[in-house]
Parts: sequence; structure tokens; C-alpha cells
Amino acid sequence: MTEIGKVAIVGVAQTKYEEDKIDQTYSELVFEVVKKLHNDLGITNDDVGCVITSSNDFNDGRTIANMAIQDAVGSVRKAESRVSGDGAFAFMYGAMRILSESFDTVMVVSHCKCSEVSQYLVNNTIFDPYYQRHLGLDQISSAGLMANMYMNKYGVTEEQAAMVVVKNRKNALNNPYAHLREEISINDVLNSKMMAYPLKELDFPPFSDGAVAMLLAKEDVAKKMTDTPIWFKGYGNCTDAYYLGNRNMTDLIGLELAAKEAYRMAGVNNPRENLDVCEVSESFSVHELMIYEALGLCDKGEGGKFIESGETEMNGSTPVNPSGGVLSSNPTMANGLIRVAEIALQLQGKADKRQVPNAKTGLAYGMNGICSQGNCVLIFGGEN
Amino acid sequence: MSQEIEKKVFRGRIKVPYKHTAGAYVEKFITEIGKNNKIFGVKCPKCKKVYVPPKMICFECFEKMEEWVEIGNQGIVKGFTVITHSTPVMPLEPPFAYGIIRLDGADTDFVHIIKESDPEKLKIGMKVKAVFKEKPRKRILDIEYFEPIQ
Repeated sequence: MTEIGKVAIVGVAQTKYEEDKIDQTYSELVFEVVKKLHNDLGITNDDVGCVITSSNDFNDGRTIANMAIQDAVGSVRKAESRVSGDGAFAFMYGAMRILSESFDTVMVVSHCKCSEVSQYLVNNTIFDPYYQRHLGLDQISSAGLMANMYMNKYGVTEEQAAMVVVKNRKNALNNPYAHLREEISINDVLNSKMMAYPLKELDFPPFSDGAVAMLLAKEDVAKKMTDTPIWFKGYGNCTDAYYLGNRNMTDLIGLELAAKEAYRMAGVNNPRENLDVCEVSESFSVHELMIYEALGLCDKGEGGKFIESGETEMNGSTPVNPSGGVLSSNPTMANGLIRVAEIALQLQGKADKRQVPNAKTGLAYGMNGICSQGNCVLIFGGEN
Repeated sequence: MSQEIEKKVFRGRIKVPYKHTAGAYVEKFITEIGKNNKIFGVKCPKCKKVYVPPKMICFECFEKMEEWVEIGNQGIVKGFTVITHSTPVMPLEPPFAYGIIRLDGADTDFVHIIKESDPEKLKIGMKVKAVFKEKPRKRILDIEYFEPIQ
């Protein structure tokens, strides 16, 4: 069997993320990134062994929605399978197709056009139809509950939360693919409309349209395709309790366990020292502070002080979300695979204006469901 | 919406009725609320934790729970939010609050609505009580909402 560490990302492609890409169907968005990747790598569809996609039927408005993009991913009469969920899990599925020695190359693709349907209604269907759905819960109200409980327990302030938004929006100025590219101030966040107390409108991400693709390859093939293969070093996955009342709402236990597993596999002993850059799926401002703690970048309850320290800024010791994160671009299902793509660009040294100097080891965090219910932590390295 | 945009889209709507099988746990819980205005939980035979709302399996012990326990219709707010955005599936006109509530006698938290629109009037640790719907509809909303106890 192929060992972990012998699977590489050889190239990535992204669309620009925008509010409403009304001139392109989601299939056309997928074709845009897949064709670009073929051209960038100088390959054809015949060089792709297998295709793994990630999407959501409710967002795409049809079941087995991967059939809507089969022409665009080149999967007609080819091995293809789909993750109904976040794109980070599709990366893992794709990597396993290589680890099992079934294929030499795998195309992994994720897309979402949030503009096509109310994201509040889609999110309401995440909840069970007995105890939660009729309450009208969605991602906004759940986030408000989590933020209130976390901030109360640890004394984290709204100003500290706003600093996350300011940082990520500032980083997005350097990312040509980002949806929101406008610098904002702490006061802008604090003075924006109250949405789900204690969270304001600017504590939340926009809804975006877009797609992302990447090609994975086994070691010898990867080295022929690119001078800068990015190696897959570690993986951890953990799901927390489904019902919000059965969840520890003040600490991201599922993410903590997923990260521990990924660190063990990748030999990360001290995440703050060992990780040069992180790209995480922050669903709201306070969430990123909680993610710092769960990833072990700072102690429990210290997320607020950690953002104040500046260590997660571009010039800090562990920049988090140089791309601008989900708070700047949010094509929901694609968020996890975008995190992986951005880490690949960082480790390849191809992140242009948002490049973290000398980034050698990076972490990508993808999430399924509400408030870090399903967690996928992936570690990558740039040298082998 | 402008004609220019209408040319570029196909409008659609998926309407698919479901009859979700309630199962014995949901059935008893919702029936007791609607008929008798009583809230029940189930107790794990191993860790003795009382789950509200009830479910079959204690995920910590992986044991089947069968002992029904009546619990109080009052509880302590452990977390809350007041929402201002409006969606077609909300049972009340915003603004209103959601709460994570630990009911008296329960060992897990209960998610429901608190009828209060001013976050200043809500506090973690405050007591709330269930207000039952006069005409139950076999819904979690047969507890219409919780209200602060003055």
C-alpha cells in the first residue's frame, strides 16, 4: 500500500468567488476550474484516473446532483464518486483512492452557488424534523448561541471577535479570488446591525458562488507533473453530537480530537512551532477564536487574547487565513477544499501577495454541519 | 426582479411532503407535552444521565434507555441569542430569542425559544418556564416558548 506522505497535490484552480455568478451555471463554474487545471498542468482528461466531487443536493436543487456536473469534471464512463458534504472530506476520499493504489491520479472538485437558493432554508433542513427544525433554527441562530456561551465562559469580548473579521477582510485584499475585498474597522463590525446577539452582521460571512479543483497524484507521477508537489502528511476526522443541547457549546471538542489525530500522524508536536500557516473554516468571527484553541495554537479560553497578540496576522508566528477565510468568501460546500487549495499554494510558494514567507508545513480545516459538528483536519508539507 | 435577470434564470420550487416516522421516544415526549403539559426525559441505565428531549441511545455509554422520568417545566438558561433576521420557517416574528436550557431534573440541555426580544433582559443563569400551547399540533412547538420567571 502507498504510504501517507506519498500522495501529492500537483495543482489547484479556483474561480473568483462572487455574490451571484448569474452568467454561469454551476456546471460551467466546475468546467472553468477543471479546464484551467488541465491547461496549467499540460494534461488531458485521459490523464485523470478518477474523479471525486463534493456538493450538496439541497443547494443544487436535485438529488444525485453530481450527475449535473459529469461533463464538466470529465467523469462520463470514468470512476466517479461524490461526497455530500464539505470539500475537505472529498480531498480525503480522493487521497484514499491513491493510497489504496487504485489510481495514479485523482481530480477533486467542489462547487456551490449559494445565490440559487435561500441558505437559511437549506440550513434549517440540517436540523432534525422532530425537536429542532420547527423552531426555525439555522446557522445564524446556532452561531449566536455558541458565541454567547463561549464568550460568557471565557470573558471574550465583542472587540476581540471583531478583530478576526478585520484581519480576514484585510487579508482578502491580497487574494484576487476573494469575494469581499474591502478593508473594514473594528468599529464597522461593532456598529453593524445586530443579527444574532452577540453577533452582528459583519461577524458573519457573505454567501458566495464559486468552484475549486485540484489534481492529486502518487509520488512518481506527481514528481513528473510538477516541481512543487505538496505532500499529504496527516489527517484527523471527528464528529461531535448532533443535537445542540448534547454539544459542549463552549469548546470545539470534535475539532480538538480531529486535530490531535492529524498531528500524531504528521508528527506535529507543537502546533504553534510546527505549523507555518493555517487555513480554517470559520463560520463566524468568534468561531475562529474557538478554532485557535481547539487546534492548540493557544490555551483554552485564550482565543481572544491570542488574536490581540497578532500571532495569527500575516506577519505573526502562525498566520491564519491569509486568503481572507470564509468571512471573505463563502461558497459553503467548497470551503474546506478552498482551504486545502490555499495551503497548497502557500507551500508551493505561489500565493503571490498573500504568501507567508518560507511556509513549509500547513494545516487546512474543513467543517460539515452547524457549529463544528463534523471536522476534517489535514496537514501538508512542501518538501519530501 | 429585472427582466434582464429573469431571462437568465429558471425559477423552481421543490415541494415534497414527508411523513417522518416519530418513533416511540418522540411520540411519547410530544404526546405528554400536548395532552398533559408534562415534560419527560429518559434515564441511561448505566450513567444515570437524564436526557431531555428523550432519545433511544445514550451516546456516551452506548446503552438503550427505557426508564421514563418526568422532569420540571422550569429551567436555567445556559446560553441565549436574540435573532433579528427573518426566514419563512420561523415560528415567531423576529426579534425573539433562542435558548439552551437545562430543565430541572435533566442532565442534558434543551433547545427552544424564549419569548424575549431584548438581550439586556436575558442573562445566563436566569430561570425560565415553559408556556404550553392551548391547541397542541403534535410539534415541539406544543411548548409554545419559554418565558423568564420574574
